[in-house]
Amino acid sequence: MKRIASSRLDRRRFLASGAALVVSFRLADGAAARNGAAQSKKAQPKPAPALPGSLKTEPMLDGWIRIDADGRVTVFTGKAELGQGIKTALIQVAAEELVVDPARITLVTADTARTANEGYTAGSHSMQDSGTAIRHAAAQVRAILLGRAAERLAVAPERLTVKDGVVGADGGRSVAYGELVAEANWHLAAAPQSPLREQATHTVIGQPMRRIDIPAKVAGGVAYVQDLRLDRMVHGRIVRPPSPAASLASLDPKAVEQQAGVLKVVRDGRFVGVVAEREHQAVRALRALGLAARWDEQPTLPLAQNLYKSVRETPAEDSVILDRGVPAPSDAAALSATYQRPYQAHASIGPSCAIAQLLDGRYTVWTHSQGVYPLRSALAELLGVAKDAVRCIHVEGSGCYGHNGADDVAADAVLLARAMPGRPVRVQWMREDEHGWEPFGPPMIAEAKATLDAAGMIRDWHYEVWSNTHSTRPGAAGDLLAATHLARPFKPTPPKPLPQPEGGGDRNAIPLYALPNAHVVHHFLRKMPLRVSALRSLGAYLNVFAIESFMDELARSANLDPVAFRLRHLNDARARDVIKTAADRFGWPTFQRRPGRGRGFAFARYKNLGAYAAIAMEVEVQRDSGRVRVVRAVAATDSGEVVNPDGIRNQIEGGIVQSSSWTLSEEVTFDASRVTSRDWGGYPILRFPDVPEQVDVHIVDRPGQPFLGTGEAAQGPAAAAIANALADATGVRLRELPFTRDRVRAAIGPA
Amino acid sequence: MITLNINGRAAAVDADPTTPLLYVLRDDLKLNGAKFGCGLGQCGACTVMVGGQAVMSCLMPIGLVEQRAVKTVEGLGTPTAPGPLQQAFIDEQAAQCGYCIAGMIMRAQALLERNPHPSDAEIRRHMAPNLCRCGTHLRILRAVRRAADRSGVAIAAESRTSAP
Repeated sequence: MKRIASSRLDRRRFLASGAALVVSFRLADGAAARNGAAQSKKAQPKPAPALPGSLKTEPMLDGWIRIDADGRVTVFTGKAELGQGIKTALIQVAAEELVVDPARITLVTADTARTANEGYTAGSHSMQDSGTAIRHAAAQVRAILLGRAAERLAVAPERLTVKDGVVGADGGRSVAYGELVAEANWHLAAAPQSPLREQATHTVIGQPMRRIDIPAKVAGGVAYVQDLRLDRMVHGRIVRPPSPAASLASLDPKAVEQQAGVLKVVRDGRFVGVVAEREHQAVRALRALGLAARWDEQPTLPLAQNLYKSVRETPAEDSVILDRGVPAPSDAAALSATYQRPYQAHASIGPSCAIAQLLDGRYTVWTHSQGVYPLRSALAELLGVAKDAVRCIHVEGSGCYGHNGADDVAADAVLLARAMPGRPVRVQWMREDEHGWEPFGPPMIAEAKATLDAAGMIRDWHYEVWSNTHSTRPGAAGDLLAATHLARPFKPTPPKPLPQPEGGGDRNAIPLYALPNAHVVHHFLRKMPLRVSALRSLGAYLNVFAIESFMDELARSANLDPVAFRLRHLNDARARDVIKTAADRFGWPTFQRRPGRGRGFAFARYKNLGAYAAIAMEVEVQRDSGRVRVVRAVAATDSGEVVNPDGIRNQIEGGIVQSSSWTLSEEVTFDASRVTSRDWGGYPILRFPDVPEQVDVHIVDRPGQPFLGTGEAAQGPAAAAIANALADATGVRLRELPFTRDRVRAAIGPA
Repeated sequence: MITLNINGRAAAVDADPTTPLLYVLRDDLKLNGAKFGCGLGQCGACTVMVGGQAVMSCLMPIGLVEQRAVKTVEGLGTPTAPGPLQQAFIDEQAAQCGYCIAGMIMRAQALLERNPHPSDAEIRRHMAPNLCRCGTHLRILRAVRRAADRSGVAIAAESRTSAP
């Protein structure tokens, strides 16, 4: 290809030249895999901090966009589809700026041999990071193509028009992108400024587009890593210890090794795996090994009834994350309250799954990890091989909502693949593995204290939050479950607090409200009896629940309407807009309270820098049973410029329903040594009869404003809206999550 | 060998009669629709129809299935030519991760074949055994409603003509 001018061969060049690599979701041929892995070790370009989005880490335009001579467009993203619809939204962004039909675009997602290293697909960052990068890259590539077209057609570029990848000039002359690619070079670093299309000309961005992944999902297509069937693939299962501190006293695998289909039992320390020809044979062998193993267990877990006492007694590293004005000394008139959440689980419907294959000294791993590059580093360390010898390819799994078992099962798969050279080994966790061993969302405590002045304004605000870390994501082998179970175990990376402004346990601990005197402290707890990590919205779930519950308590004590009380403390115009929109569409002022029902309101801007979300809810409480049900919810959200409005609606609707489930029923249970909530019986989630009758989402579009991630914005506000509606309905304030039937019944008493 | 009747076709499989139907569908017959979710009959990700009823295939030994008509989501249509209920799920964009969706569709299909015009309350009650973790429930309910309103009678009639 003509545009390859230099002799330096690197990953992007590889992308630009490898016509066989366009089709995603297939097993790439071995040579391609080796090329990709080998070339990825070349030095990355130096960071270019002035560039938009992920162009900072991957500035080369051809790292994002490729166009073939036949006009097909391939877009590369380092982000992954997690069921949030990101593939569709990124295609919309590229289609808009390239001015091509979205159907012409193939999107390649996170793959260490093919795409940019965009870290994790997490924190509602994909649109900000990758969407912004693709938008600017596409605009710059379009400009390059238009420049070539102008030469070819001998017209000034500004006189050209583009329609679906065909550049037109006066007199009906035209030339297609595909005809220009041989002479158009975009193996170039991006420029800081891009010729973005005018808002008024948008035809794809801002329009609802049907998700490209749904047809296969409703009709049994190959849609998930669980569905991949590689040639000569075998099946693995892992015999996990019964409890985190258990050691394997004895195991005689002989009988199991004789079972039909069993190929190998792999034991290393307290890591025990079995490989069989067929999946159900592996499951049978797993059961038999489980019966044959003898374990010594240690009581290392805080007694369930003392969970919050043990959280408080954990040594803390304190940091003051906000110190504004002069906090008043302790005031007898201050209102104060304590809010708590237990361990909660991601609890994916499909247990985590990965396929690994060792071929010619190199590993290929098909994984639904949120971060293929960090996972590759961790797996390479675990296996004692160079990073180049591991390729991680993202393939969709079941929704994860944060750091679930996805990375851990990839470690299981490579350890078994190492023992079965040449054969792809598919490992899928059993339900009890997922419920018992995923890294949970950590327990948290928040204490809020405030005083009001005579006019009902908050005079001073004091807030403290206690939490473990909210990320133990891999990057190192010790962050993978299996690596900590080996005879020579890897040590987990020492936990660290995630820094502000995004924060971890202190995410959203700083209110967006205009408070003249405010003091906010994060008590970071290093010691973790149970492994924990990122669960959708991290600490924002508890912090927003606490702050927004407390705002309601303050409003009540000032005899002010809770919506008006929020508005009088908010200067941010966009925040005010979503609050007013949600209240208006809900019919807040004219709400007719029926017996057993109440209304509740809550608001937050996720991380104080992502999407704005305000939620109004009507909730029904059955006094006799303690059952709480969300009757209807009305949300308003501002996600900046809207790319796919239905994608935003889907995320907010789902977030409200999922947060309702967390808030009303979810709690990981354990005894002195074991996690005891090992299935859907022990860890019930919302079922159809309990979901709201109606959830409406109103979107405040902000054309021209940056994309703001939406995926986690509803989690905190939904919890607080339920608590506030419950208080409105019953006069009783619940501050400990979840609001189970027993807890509600005990709090409100008999009718 | 056990001969099963899958989506109207005979399929001979060489598996132990105690093997759950789910594993035979996925591993022997290479069908992707039914998913492993819990293996305990608690979540419905593996739901298929057997003899017109929605069943959890993870708990159903193939020895008990022989000769009874098994219908999976693949029997309703394809990604490019979806059946009426599948089309309703596409029209309502009733999926996020979608892992539960094939099971949801098969449970709803069993309802519509029996009762082409269910009430909203009947749909909710009927769908209760199946779990969705993404919170897509309201879209799923709308999709079932849409299919019932548009094609409920057709779906029911199809079941009568294709009954074993």
